[in-house]
Amino acid sequence: MSELRYTQNTQLEQLHARYTGTGHPDITKYEWLTHQHRDTLSSIVGHPSLLAYTSIADGECQARERFEIIERMLQPCGKPPGKTED
Amino acid sequence: MSQVEYGIVVVQVAKPEKDLYLIPTLEVATFREPFSCPSLHPSFYLIIFINPLPIMSKEPYRTLQTFTAPQEILDEHEQMADEDDTPDAFQDVARTKQVAARQSDYQLRRFNRSDAMIEGEDLTFEDRMRLAELEREEEKVRRFKEQQEKEKAAAPKPLEDKTPPRVIAGGDTPPRAIAGGDTPPREEVKEGTPPPKKRRWDVEEVKQEKEEKGEWSKEALGEAPKKRRSRWDQTPAEAPDATPSTKKSRWDQTPAASAVTNATGQAPQFTSTGVMMVEDKRYRSITDEELDGLLPGKAEGYVICPVPDDYHPAPSVRKLVPATPADGFMQQDESDAARARAAVGGLQGSSEQTEIEGIGTLQFLKQEDTQYFAKVLGEGGGEEDDVHYTLDELKERKIMRLLLKIKNGTPPVRKTALRQITDKAREFGAGPLFDKILPLLMERTLEDQERHLLVKVIDRVLYKLDDLVRPYVHKILVVIEPLLIDEDYYARVEGREIISNLAKAAGLAHMISTMRPDIDHVDEYVRNTTARAFSVVASALGIPALLPFLKAVCRSKKSWQARHTGIRIIQQIAVMTGCAVLPHLRNLVDAIAAGLQDEQQKVRTMTALSLAALAESAAPYGIESFDEVLKPLWLGIRQHRGKTLAAFIKAIGYIIPLMDPEYAGYYVRECMPILIREFQTSDEEMRRIVLQVIKQCAGTEGVTPSYIRDEVLPEFFRAFWVRRMALDKRNYKQLVETTTELAQKAGVAVIVGRVCNDLKDESEPFRKMVMETITKVVTNVGAADIDERLEVQLIDGIIFAFQEQTLEDNVMLDGFATVVNALGGRVKPYLPQIVSMILWRLTNKSAKVRMLAADLTTKLAPIIKSSGEDQLLSKLGVVIFEQLGEEYPDALGSLIAAEGAIANVVGMTEMNPPVKDLLPRMTPILRNRHEKVQEATINLIGRIADRGAEFVPAKEWMRICFELLDLLKAHKKAIRRAAVNSFGYIAKAIGPQDVLSVLLTNLKVQERQSRVCSTVAIAIVSETCGPFTCIPAILNEYRTPELNVRNGCLKALAFVFEYVGEMSKDYIHSVVGLLEDALTDRDHVHRQTAAAIVKHLTIGVAGLGYEEALTHLLNLVWPNIFETSPHVIGGMMDAIEAMRLGVGPGVVLSYVLQGLFHPARRVREVYWRMYNTLILGSADAMVPFFPNLESASDLAAGQDYTRHHLMMWI
Repeated sequence: MSELRYTQNTQLEQLHARYTGTGHPDITKYEWLTHQHRDTLSSIVGHPSLLAYTSIADGECQARERFEIIERMLQPCGKPPGKTED
Repeated sequence: MSQVEYGIVVVQVAKPEKDLYLIPTLEVATFREPFSCPSLHPSFYLIIFINPLPIMSKEPYRTLQTFTAPQEILDEHEQMADEDDTPDAFQDVARTKQVAARQSDYQLRRFNRSDAMIEGEDLTFEDRMRLAELEREEEKVRRFKEQQEKEKAAAPKPLEDKTPPRVIAGGDTPPRAIAGGDTPPREEVKEGTPPPKKRRWDVEEVKQEKEEKGEWSKEALGEAPKKRRSRWDQTPAEAPDATPSTKKSRWDQTPAASAVTNATGQAPQFTSTGVMMVEDKRYRSITDEELDGLLPGKAEGYVICPVPDDYHPAPSVRKLVPATPADGFMQQDESDAARARAAVGGLQGSSEQTEIEGIGTLQFLKQEDTQYFAKVLGEGGGEEDDVHYTLDELKERKIMRLLLKIKNGTPPVRKTALRQITDKAREFGAGPLFDKILPLLMERTLEDQERHLLVKVIDRVLYKLDDLVRPYVHKILVVIEPLLIDEDYYARVEGREIISNLAKAAGLAHMISTMRPDIDHVDEYVRNTTARAFSVVASALGIPALLPFLKAVCRSKKSWQARHTGIRIIQQIAVMTGCAVLPHLRNLVDAIAAGLQDEQQKVRTMTALSLAALAESAAPYGIESFDEVLKPLWLGIRQHRGKTLAAFIKAIGYIIPLMDPEYAGYYVRECMPILIREFQTSDEEMRRIVLQVIKQCAGTEGVTPSYIRDEVLPEFFRAFWVRRMALDKRNYKQLVETTTELAQKAGVAVIVGRVCNDLKDESEPFRKMVMETITKVVTNVGAADIDERLEVQLIDGIIFAFQEQTLEDNVMLDGFATVVNALGGRVKPYLPQIVSMILWRLTNKSAKVRMLAADLTTKLAPIIKSSGEDQLLSKLGVVIFEQLGEEYPDALGSLIAAEGAIANVVGMTEMNPPVKDLLPRMTPILRNRHEKVQEATINLIGRIADRGAEFVPAKEWMRICFELLDLLKAHKKAIRRAAVNSFGYIAKAIGPQDVLSVLLTNLKVQERQSRVCSTVAIAIVSETCGPFTCIPAILNEYRTPELNVRNGCLKALAFVFEYVGEMSKDYIHSVVGLLEDALTDRDHVHRQTAAAIVKHLTIGVAGLGYEEALTHLLNLVWPNIFETSPHVIGGMMDAIEAMRLGVGPGVVLSYVLQGLFHPARRVREVYWRMYNTLILGSADAMVPFFPNLESASDLAAGQDYTRHHLMMWI
């Protein structure tokens, strides 16, 4: 992978900036799963039928459900775990 | 053998009286010994030349050890070269490769910046600010002195009045030439007697005095942190004891970086070469007395020749002999340089490939390199000697070795060295690395390639060192900043890249504190480059971060230079970031607005230029941000004259297009009188700006056509449409652009009517300019406005201009074609005249005329056809056919292209000469090696194969097929592409079998390019004739036990599947076996190509229900994900990404999940890369496939990883 260090990784910064869901070899479980949750939530918001489904399940109107889902993206998995290794 | 005596002609130099006159009675003094004086005593003697004068000896003939050309011939050649100044053909080539050799004086001022050469870390901020302050002081004093000098010269009467004249505070740095010019007044010089002050050889030192951070003003200040001698007016010879206590080794001196001195912890120091020399009597320079004794004096009728006024000695080249610091300069046999020379075969350097033990193969070795790298070249330089050194020295030697490999090595050597130096960058540390790299970059003999490589090293190393680089930021900047004003685009880009990386590594605060002292540096060059560097920093770290600082600088009360630079930074930011300034436009404009009323004229000018740049970048938005400056600009154009006015006008010109139409119209009308007044100016820059502004004004909506016609055009044509404008390229371009823009408003008839008579002007550049303008105007506006009379005039003029053309370009040709095409049907009456002109010129004796005539035919063929003049076309066709024996390839190419164009418009059936005659005539021409001929021929043949293949027997086509194979080797891509396409047409015409067998056989040839083209051709054949005709043959051919053939087959298959797309679904099962074999082959190129097949196949069949086959292929591709070669891994990643489409992201994700958290980092890297491509491509589609990773322990720790929304169930 030696070549990658100069070709791929130089663009990594931009990649992460543009696509928040992307990861890197040193990612923590918490970060990775947070991204997954956000992806999931945005997917629900992005598909109206899915949103309708969840809103019925929650017994809320779609607008409120939508709002709540978007709010939930802030910290979808709760607070980050305390720093242990460093 | 001839004995060589060395002759010197010595002329004593006094102060120049008038012009230099050469004394008629020069005498040649001869010495038996080579007169070795690397640097003469700075005396009055100027040695004009040292020339070996061969004297034929009378000794008997001896056997020669080597053979060479007879001396007479050598002499004769030398004489010839002397006599008629015959330039050495390669001298220029060698020179232009050197960066410094082709740079302007301004760019060469980078060598004045000596601060990069000090070893060790940057000075502290305080020190640098103090030094900058001192430099300014010094500059002031120097200016004052100059002023005095000037006054003295102007008024020779003794100055009673001792009051110093006021120093002009404002001006810029005076030209360099003056810098060395403050020699004592010449009246004091008495001929013959050594004058009291000797400074002839001192000139450079005087110049450097400027860089020496203010020695004597320091004394004035009473603080002398380091004791330094003021060598301002001293001869170095009188100062043998000069304590070398300056803390700089300068660029023009030996690289002092000897490990020995480092070990003692004392930086190597030199003051001047003169001081260094005196210790060794062999290098002691001759004194005046000695010279007087040697040379005939006044008594014998010799005079001392004065130094000419315009003599400025070239800046001295660094003496690269490693010095032993303690006991002066010694050059002994065991010295490093001698060893280095011995190492390269006694040569001073070599431009050929040299194998050097311990280093590897070098592409070249310059003399400077042998000296710079003396430590690692030659005896004791090898790695086996490393045991004798300390750790630091070892590091240094290692770095030098790597740098030499990178700079001079062959590509493989360079590549590994570059990788090593990058990997070990942190081990080496910033200090040792930059101490070696930066002086190399300041080398005068540096060439483009070397510079590029060294810059690359810095880039890589920077990336690794990160914040360790901080102490060296300034040094790096000094070396890199000049790249920002290099004329080479790529050098500029490299410079920007480095500085932006540097800014990211060092951080904003550090960058600002490092560059702050340079902002009001005395040297304009330094300020300029600093401004550019700052703009790069701004774009790297964001404009908002830098804004507070910029605001402060632009309002600096301390010095106008700071304001000037601050404003220039904003200009550069605008130029560099383009429309990205928009969010910060108001802030930026506010920051510089005050500059318009600055008391310094330069600041006002720069402010206006910056506003122009900002407006240009912001266009067409952001007019509201400029509200504040409109009024001052407005008043400004009434108050100012000259340069400032030009800048103000430019600013207005760029702001007007941003305005609303009604405002724009108003402003244009207001500013037009001033513009029209400035039409008369003789200042070229102003003229160009005026043209530019007129163009911008004319482009705005608020300006009416009648206004342009009545108010602007008469003056405009009077002032600008003159022959002189056509001579300067920039004027020419600007005038054409402006006139075109005016024509958009005023209409084509007005403009063309005015200029069209000039088509018959006697000056060709002027005619060309007229033609180009007409072309552009007609292209933009059309020819509908042109009335009958003008039409006649125009055609007449164009025919005249075309016939009179002597310059080699396409302007006339394009113009002719454009106008005729625009006129369309109206051109019919003129066609017989034009065609007869062409026919006449086709038989002209000049090849160029014939070529132009043929080119014109190509352009006019469609219009002749649409005018219904078929008989003219067939006449042209026949005449051109008869001309195909043309011997000049350029003309032949044009003729064939013309024939092709005619065939194109007439059609194959109607073509005269008939296709069956034309094609056999083409076959031999195919063998012509000239690219233009090849391209035209292949196009014509392809066209015939496409449209009229049935007119030619199959046998002839087969013959052409074989000829075409040769064309696959062509350098030009267009030719190869045309050839490949022709295979397709021919295959369609005569059936694929024969063509295919030709192509498959061609896979056996050696040249890669030919094979690759064959594979493409196979794919095209399969596309045109259906894959079923080719794939069996390819599969069969794959069984050939020959690497090239198998590879070619794979490649052909890859192209086939790329071209046929969805049709691949019928063949996927047929090729799975082949792919199994190829993907498990040992040869990685095999696997790479197979991966390409998988990619195209997968994309082709995606969504068509072939998942089971694709999964099988994915399983075969997957083991290759750890390949290291960039192309192979790229191929594999592409195939896997294609699988995302083919089998869906969920399946691929399940593969990827295996390795995301693998304990080995290298494994994780690969897997995360694949994961990221998945996210990029189908983030949404992966949602259902993410694994459930929740656990009770996580929940206990406060993290809930369950995706509850997916658990909902109604």
